[in-house]
Amino acid sequence: MTVSTRPAPGPSRTYQFPRFERTALPNGLRLIVAPVRKLPVVTVLAVIDAGATSDPPGREGLAQLTAEALREGTVKRDGIQVLEGFEKLGSSLEAGADWDSTVVSMTLLRDKLMAGLELLTEVITSPSFPEREVDRLKAERLAERAQILAEPRGLADESFARFLYEKGSRYSEPMAGTSASVSVITRDEVAAFFVSRYTPDAVTVIVVGDIDIGEAVKLISTTLGGWTGRRPQVDAASVMRTRRTRAVEIITKGDAAQAELRFGHVGIPRTHPDYFNVVVMNALLGGLFSSRINLNLRERHGYTYGASSFFDWRRVPGPFVIATAVQSEVSAAAISETLKEIEGMRAEEVSEEELSLATNYLEGVFPIRYETTSSIASALANLVIFGLPDNFYDTYREKVHAVRPSDVLRAAQAYVFPDMLQIVVVGDPAVVQEPVEKLELGDLSVRPATEA
Amino acid sequence: MRIPIDTFRLDNGLFVTLSEDRTAPIVAVNLWYHVGSANERIGRTGFAHLFEHMLFQGSEHVGSNEHFELIQRAGGTLNGSTWLERTNYYETVPSNQLALALWLEADRMGSLLPAMTQEKLDTQRDVVKNERRWSIDNQPYGTWLERLSALTFPESHPFHHSLIGSMEDLSAASLDDIRQFFETYYTPDNAVLSIAGDFDPAEARQLVEKYFGGIPRGRGKPPLARMDVPPIFGQPSRVVVDDDVALPRLYLAFRSPVFGSDDYYAASVAGAILGMRRGSRLHRSLVRERQVAADASAFTFDLAKASDLLVVDVIARQETTPERLEEEVGREIDRLIQDGVREEEVERAVALIDTEIVTALQSASERADRLSMFATYFGTPELLNEQPAKYQDVTVEAVNEFAATRLEPDNRATLLFVPRTETADSGVASPSIAA
Repeated sequence: MTVSTRPAPGPSRTYQFPRFERTALPNGLRLIVAPVRKLPVVTVLAVIDAGATSDPPGREGLAQLTAEALREGTVKRDGIQVLEGFEKLGSSLEAGADWDSTVVSMTLLRDKLMAGLELLTEVITSPSFPEREVDRLKAERLAERAQILAEPRGLADESFARFLYEKGSRYSEPMAGTSASVSVITRDEVAAFFVSRYTPDAVTVIVVGDIDIGEAVKLISTTLGGWTGRRPQVDAASVMRTRRTRAVEIITKGDAAQAELRFGHVGIPRTHPDYFNVVVMNALLGGLFSSRINLNLRERHGYTYGASSFFDWRRVPGPFVIATAVQSEVSAAAISETLKEIEGMRAEEVSEEELSLATNYLEGVFPIRYETTSSIASALANLVIFGLPDNFYDTYREKVHAVRPSDVLRAAQAYVFPDMLQIVVVGDPAVVQEPVEKLELGDLSVRPATEA
Repeated sequence: MRIPIDTFRLDNGLFVTLSEDRTAPIVAVNLWYHVGSANERIGRTGFAHLFEHMLFQGSEHVGSNEHFELIQRAGGTLNGSTWLERTNYYETVPSNQLALALWLEADRMGSLLPAMTQEKLDTQRDVVKNERRWSIDNQPYGTWLERLSALTFPESHPFHHSLIGSMEDLSAASLDDIRQFFETYYTPDNAVLSIAGDFDPAEARQLVEKYFGGIPRGRGKPPLARMDVPPIFGQPSRVVVDDDVALPRLYLAFRSPVFGSDDYYAASVAGAILGMRRGSRLHRSLVRERQVAADASAFTFDLAKASDLLVVDVIARQETTPERLEEEVGREIDRLIQDGVREEEVERAVALIDTEIVTALQSASERADRLSMFATYFGTPELLNEQPAKYQDVTVEAVNEFAATRLEPDNRATLLFVPRTETADSGVASPSIAA
């Protein structure tokens, strides 16, 4: 009653990442336009070279706070008018800082584009930063801090970053800052950060959707072409490594139903020449459902609902992380099974068959990632943020395809270090501590769940 | 904007919807089974969801975990999900792999049982228990859905019990339950198959007939227990949960018109006026102006049977007591009933919803899923194209009528999470109220 023969794939149709064009306005603002004519929708995304790594020491969260405060009023309108302006058009302005840049974006129906651009222009060129609204955003951040510290996943992520990077490294503190750092930021510091970082020569505007290149250039010139300013010299972020020997930290969360586990160490920068080898290696180790770590911890042992690994790609090396949440009683077993998988990845070449799991997936899934105007705009933003070549997406699949089993082995040996893993467990020490100690992984410390 | 929609039905009852879009070489396959946690029997809460996990454990011609592997190897994405009224399974693949996705779905619909073993069931039971620990038990406010369902539907009602189920009931599930559930509910006449994206309609139809045509029709499913409930609760109800959370959080639920009914759209717009985005009433008033809340939103469950729920969800700022939070939210609801809404508020809500619909339909997977939804609940996938117009037709009067009839205190169910004082990480003590 069912058909036993597996169907073979048909002939594949070619796919091209959307064509785009770059240009620059006389004021230094750069522009990327990608016409995508499927539905009457347009995404406009501005990348501003003002990421969380530009936060001054002790003012962590300034880039994020500035991004959010942009929407709270301009020289012409108060915050409510800005908000109503966008929402009447059926859109919302998203604004936030990542490590390497600030991104402000909106998606709207084609016939609302001009009105939306006028508002966007006001917001990124002449925000007024009313003191009351800045204070409100700070208070909202404090509420968010309280939430994160009560939430095992957020607590594990933050504790891991702090365990991994030395104090004083920007990466050791949360991207949006701590209660202590956000509390002391003043409205004038926000305004000063804006003046020094938000200049036309530090901004790339990306327009994707139902529009042609000439029209998009004209619209952006009309709205953002009159913006003036020059950006001062910018210093690179300080990223310092922590211990090079393996260590374990248990963060106390009494009565926890599960233990949240994070393992990892400092990884490599996004622009590393071995990027593709590492992406494929990671997919096989813990990046896919059928990866070694997930099949072991979830499907073979039932320890967890899911386990995964990833390299957090940033301009300056971000972490390599393995993350999972397991039943507390099996924490030690889950750690040793994971270590086995890492060792295995470094011990011998994967088979062609296993390799093709990752390479076929990454090649095939490529067009599925770019169905929407906002996902295409984000992809183009990555070219800007990391200085990738314009043909990056056109050559992506062939570069994935070229990765060999020997490359995967070399990447595992060169960029994954079991002896340097920093391991964080958020859970109940009464259940977790003794079995983990018996693994003799290295120095083990226990501390309560607090912010500093 | 309208997307093309074609439909046909196989002799075994399988209803198929097709929506062609050749802009990219990808295709989405989406299967809705008209069974969810509402169909579970007493003592087997969580079974529909556990069963969903078992569907990835192989079938007669597919090995354990091979479903995931074959789709990922083909360059596709996939998953499944369980809800009160339905269970769905979906893949998006390069369009030259359409046959593979259909064959995999057909193999598990037609011949799941030969692959089921006690060992697989035991492992997936552990996985699901860990899913419960991860998403509910070890998560602040994680129990909100099961608490709210229990509070808003009477004890014997199919929507009353927990969707993910109790640990005890999960432990009790047996291979025999798997067989019965499969034979009763996983039949072509209880399913809708949607295909959206890059395909040739004649070829797609041929493939569907080839792979699904030989699967026999089911023997019918038992009717659900009594679903009807009065349009309002009749009296206010209130549960306070002393929990390991940092901030008080209020879920305020109202019985509202079922998904897809004429009155549903007014309810949905009322919800958007109250809690969609930062320009909504609750956000403006409680987060922005009065600064008593850290966040505020509202949403509907979109239940197509019995009664839908409109839920307002507000998180307090640290210095706001739970009592104050409740009072402030209550005042906003009362104000909506007394003063009604303004034309601009309806326009704002409809404009936001309209953009959301159009942007969602950029994705083949969303198209297929929404087609399956309208076909499963109403037998009319064409309703997908009617949604923008139905929202455009909502008037101020209709929203005010909804507010007057459905938002009064006798139709309010309150679920209030309160931080346990001894674990207040925020350092700000909150008064504790016993549950």
